[in-house]
Parts: sequence; C-alpha cells; structure tokens
Amino acid sequence: MPSFNFVNPVDFLNMADSPGTYAGDFYTLNFEKNATPGNVILNLGPQHPSTHGVLRVLVELYGEYVLRSEPVLGYLHRMQEKMGEVKTPYQFLPNMGRVDYLNPISWNWAFAGAVERLAGLEPPERAEYLRVISSELNRISSHLLWWGAFVMDLGGVTPILYAFEEREKINDILQIVTGSRLTYNYFRFGGVGADADSRFFQLVEEFIPYMRERLKMYTGLVTDNVIFRRRLEGIGPMDEDLCRRYGATGPILRAAGVMCDARRLSPYGIYDRFDYDIPVGPSNDCFGRYLVRLEEIRESLRILEQAVKSVPEGPVIVAKAPKPTYKLPAGETYFAVEGARGQVACHIISDGGKTPYRVKLRAPGFSNLSLFAEAAKGVILADAIAILGSLDLVIPEVDR
Amino acid sequence: MDLSLLFFVKILVAVLAIIALMVANAVVMVYVERKAAGFIQRRPGPYEVGPWGTLQAIVDAMKLLGKQIFVPANVDYVLFFLAPVLAFFPVLLLFLPIPFGPYLTSWETPDGIILILAFAGFGVLSNLLAGWASNNKYGVLGAARAVSQSIAYEIPLILALLAVVYQAGTLDLSVIVEKQGSWPWGWNIVCQPLAFFIYLVCLVAETNRAPFDLPEAESELTAGFHTEYSGMGFALFFLSEYANMLLVSFVCAVFFLGGYKGPILDGFWWTFIKAYLIMFFIVWIRWTFPRVRFDQLLNINWKWLLPLGLLNLWITAIVIKVVG
Repeated sequence: MPSFNFVNPVDFLNMADSPGTYAGDFYTLNFEKNATPGNVILNLGPQHPSTHGVLRVLVELYGEYVLRSEPVLGYLHRMQEKMGEVKTPYQFLPNMGRVDYLNPISWNWAFAGAVERLAGLEPPERAEYLRVISSELNRISSHLLWWGAFVMDLGGVTPILYAFEEREKINDILQIVTGSRLTYNYFRFGGVGADADSRFFQLVEEFIPYMRERLKMYTGLVTDNVIFRRRLEGIGPMDEDLCRRYGATGPILRAAGVMCDARRLSPYGIYDRFDYDIPVGPSNDCFGRYLVRLEEIRESLRILEQAVKSVPEGPVIVAKAPKPTYKLPAGETYFAVEGARGQVACHIISDGGKTPYRVKLRAPGFSNLSLFAEAAKGVILADAIAILGSLDLVIPEVDR
Repeated sequence: MDLSLLFFVKILVAVLAIIALMVANAVVMVYVERKAAGFIQRRPGPYEVGPWGTLQAIVDAMKLLGKQIFVPANVDYVLFFLAPVLAFFPVLLLFLPIPFGPYLTSWETPDGIILILAFAGFGVLSNLLAGWASNNKYGVLGAARAVSQSIAYEIPLILALLAVVYQAGTLDLSVIVEKQGSWPWGWNIVCQPLAFFIYLVCLVAETNRAPFDLPEAESELTAGFHTEYSGMGFALFFLSEYANMLLVSFVCAVFFLGGYKGPILDGFWWTFIKAYLIMFFIVWIRWTFPRVRFDQLLNINWKWLLPLGLLNLWITAIVIKVVG
C-alpha cells in the first residue's frame, strides 16, 4: 500500500496561477500521485455512455484490470439542502421531485412525512392509500428503468425499450393524479395534491396482471440468457460487512442477506396493513442484486393489488392543511422511507423561523456509490461497468 | 496467370463494380439494420425521410460527407488518416475471387480462398493503427482488443473452411460451389454442420459485431478504436464493417450453402439471397444478445471453437481417407 500523497489545495491554486506547470484537475492530480508508473489512468466520464449522467470515475488500469478507482462527484450538485434552508417548506416541496427524478414519490414522502411529524399532522385515510399506490407504482417504474439501463450497460440494447413500454403505462397512470410524467410533486403536508378518479384505479388494476405477464417475459428474455448470467454471476460481491461500513441500503444490502427495509422495520404510512415479503437476495453479487430488484417489482404488485381493493372514500388532505406561509414549529425530526434505491430520509431541524434551520437529505445513491471503489478493485473493466450499473445510481440524487 | 490487357480491364471493371456493390450494400444494410432493430425493439425505426424512411441511409451518408473531420491533439497524422483507408481498400480485393454466378467471377483463380484469408488480416491492422494513432486511451484499449480477438478467431475460422476444402479437394471457390450441387441436402451445411457452426460464430467475431463487438464496446469503451474518428473517417470504417459482413456472408454462402446453385434457375440471385440471409442473421443477434466479456470471448475461442475445429478437421480427414 503506497503512502497517500495529497496535493495541498493551496499548492494547487498556486499551480493554477502559473499555467503549464500542471495537467489535470485536483482529483486527477491526487489520483495520479498514487498511481504505479506505467499504469493507465482512465477517466470514465463525466461524458461516458455507462455512467448514466455525469458521474466521473477515475480508474487506474493495468491492461484491462482495474487496480484502483475513485468516483468524482459534484457535476450535478444543485445545492438542494441549502435551498431547503432558504425556502419555506411549502416552497421547497417541489424540489423533492427533482432530487431523484426517477423516484420522486419517495422523496416527496420523506420531506412531507418529516414536516408532518414535526407539525403533528395526520393525513386522512384515503390520502394514505393514494400515497402507497403512487409510491409503489413509482418504485416499479424506477426499477424498470434500472433494468433496461443495466442490461444496456452489459451490451444488450433492446430490453430498455421493452422496459419503457411498461414505464410509459405507469407514467400515464401517475399523470392522472400528479399532473406530470417525470418530476412528480404529488404530496402535500397533510395529504396528497389531488384525488384519484375511478379511471386511475381501473388502470392500476389493469396494470397489475399485465406487469406480471411482462415479468415472465423478462425472465425468458434476459434473466435466463446464458451470456447475461455469465456476465453477472459472482461479479462484484458486496457482503454485509462492506455494506455496513459504507452505509449501503436498499436492494444492495438486501442482496447481501440483510432484511433491511424501512417499510417493515420502521413502518410509516399504512404499510403495516399489507401482506408482502421483503425479498432477501440469494447471493450478494451483481446477479443477486438484479434478482432482488425484479422480486421487488413482484412484491410491489402485491401491495398494489391489496391497496387498490380497499381504498376508502373521504378527503385526501386534512381540513386545516398548512398554508404556503406556514411556519414549522421548533424541533428536530428524521423521517425515513424506503425508496427504490434504498433508504431515503429527510432530517429537518427547525428553530421556529420562516424557513428550517437545516435540511439534510439522505440520498441512498451516495452511500451506495461509496462501495464502488472497494468492490471494483482488481476486476476487469467490463465488470467494473457491470458493478457500477448494479448499484442503480441516479446522479442527481447522489450529488443533490 | 494471364497478364494480358484484357485481364487488367476485367479486374478494373470488377473493382469498380465491387465499390458500387459495397456502397449499395452499406446503404441497404443501414436501412435494413435500423428497420430490423426497430422491429425487434417494437418501435417504427426510420420513417421520416422518403417513403418508409428508405432514403434515411443516403441522407446519413450525406451528413457524414459534410461533417468536419476533427483531428484531436497529438495524433500521429499519417497513421490517423491511413487507418480508415487501410480498412476500406483491402476489402475490394477480397471480393475478387468470389463466384457470384456461374459466369460471374471477377478473377477465377485456383486458390481463391487463400487470397481471401490473407487479405482479411488487413482489417485488424487498420483497427490497430486507428486505435494507436488517435492518441486516446479508449482507442488503444479497443485496438488491443481488436488484435487479440481477430487473431484468435481467425484460427477456428480457417479450420472450419479447411474441412470443406478437404472435402472438395480444391481451393477454387467455383469448384466448391459446383461440387455441392443444386439441392440443399447436397450442400456442405448438411455434411459439415459443426464446421458451419464454428464458421458462424467466428464470422460474428471477425466482423466485430455484437455480441462480440468488444473492440468498440459502447458501454465500456465509448466507441473503441474509432472513438476519435468523425465524418469520412468514421464513414470509411462503417463502410468497411458492412463490406466485411457482406464478404464473410458470401464466403459462407459459397462454402456451406451451395453458392449460386439452387433448386431452380442457378444464378447470382441465389448467392445474394443466401448471403443476405446470413447478414440478416448477424443483424438479428446483434439486437438480441448482451455483450460477452473479453476473457469469456477468448475462452470460447481457445477452449471450445479451436478444439472442436481440430476435431472436425480430423474426422473429416479420416472419413475422406476411408471413404474416398
């Protein structure tokens, strides 16, 4: 293990004043300093087909073997947490749809839930059901997109277009209640933004058997494909210890054999009323994570099936819902929900002022990405791409 | 060899015709590939330009012609521009010994397959130069992959063809076609199924097509050896890729599917029908399978195809010795 040389940021700025004395940015310089001479240092990203956005990964290659890697973040940093501190909760709520554009409902829920807990609001029954239905639909659509993109990382370009067919159906359904197809802003403090009509429930009911049929097709097309399995089985094992050290949650931790799901461990909303299983993976490699996610789609369908049947009539938002000028009472709260990628949580500290004192957004993707450097040590480049894909990263969420 | 003026005129005409065939093939195949991909992926494919999008490929070619040729910093100028040319021109030579029809062979040479195999090796040279000269790490990785892949897969490919050559007792492509006869049960695919299978796998690997498109693996190496090529440089690589596909398909048709012979009306149309069926097969699997990993790719070759090819050759030799 070579000693870690670190470029002093002050020195770096001095170097920047005299051009020609340096090449590359701060991260590259630090990474190169610890490289073995003769090895190739490769920038995967920020513009690379399989980094899904603007993630940049520095890798040190010996031939095709990845000796060392380091993710460089921040290309999509939008100061979401700072915005939470300068905006009133009501103004900040739409931002939740932008933090993770593939799974906005979970973020909606995390923030709305935290504010509700602080304000002592109890959403009406119908709103709770609509929250569960929209959240599970969103989880399925997020997993579907991951499924397509992951197979595309492995070189199969067709499945993503199949996945988009189902995703389109979910978008159509969610559009009825949320009014948008991507950055949903559906939840309100003390309920949801709009009531669902009979068409919404009918479409959800039609979607459930359709999706089950499609999942069978996925198994035949992709899961049982011999090339696909050979590419994934035994690749990138992430055991429980590794996950714990980096704080990984969601399907990655569950594939490692830990039954960790906020829906079950710290039930929020009305999740304790439904009968569903938490899939815990058969193996902790890429293929295990793949299977866990597909299994989660099945379990989400089970929840949907039960939820749609028993939606009560009634209002969808509390009678005295907070106004836009609503001031949070002083206090501190942490509210965690189970997003598609892991534990999505919102930590709010309020001093009773117009805006919260501090808003901390816990992005599961950030913790999950931290595993990459350790899991991708010594693997072949193509496997590193597979591992990166199996983490299900959404860069806006990682950077916030 | 007859080196008269007539021979040179004949070769010249043939080369011009082959260039026309290559370009026409690229135009048709771009359209077919995109439409087939659209069909497989449940989307319409190109449909804006011309009726059913048929002019799409031509418009694409115009776009590539009009594009700026971007040269990155610190490239090796000579090799950078030589590589696409080297990819394109040897392919012209490769089509010369192919018997398209009973009287439609550009150059009737008794050892045509040797010529094809010898010049087919040029393709990998151009890939290597392109990757090396473009001063790009992805390019170098792609080039290194291209070299080891092409060299590895050439061996079982030759072994598969050699089994047919043993059987026919000649290297002359026209004679190999004639010996197979008109009916499908006489074709070499029936008596050499293993060789046909090995050839089919090697054909995909040699043309760098998915699932063996490691040298340009998009999700790993962005575009591999041709990452830095734009405009006509890229177009030439593209053209030569389709030309190579066409060539291996023609060789497959000649060696295993009876060439220009058919149940009725022998003629070049049979060669073309058979070759384009193989082409469609290559397109089809590209949009169906994920990519293999590089070590798996080499394992398939050295651990399966090469021993199977040797075994097949050995059995063929024994059978010929015993029977014939």
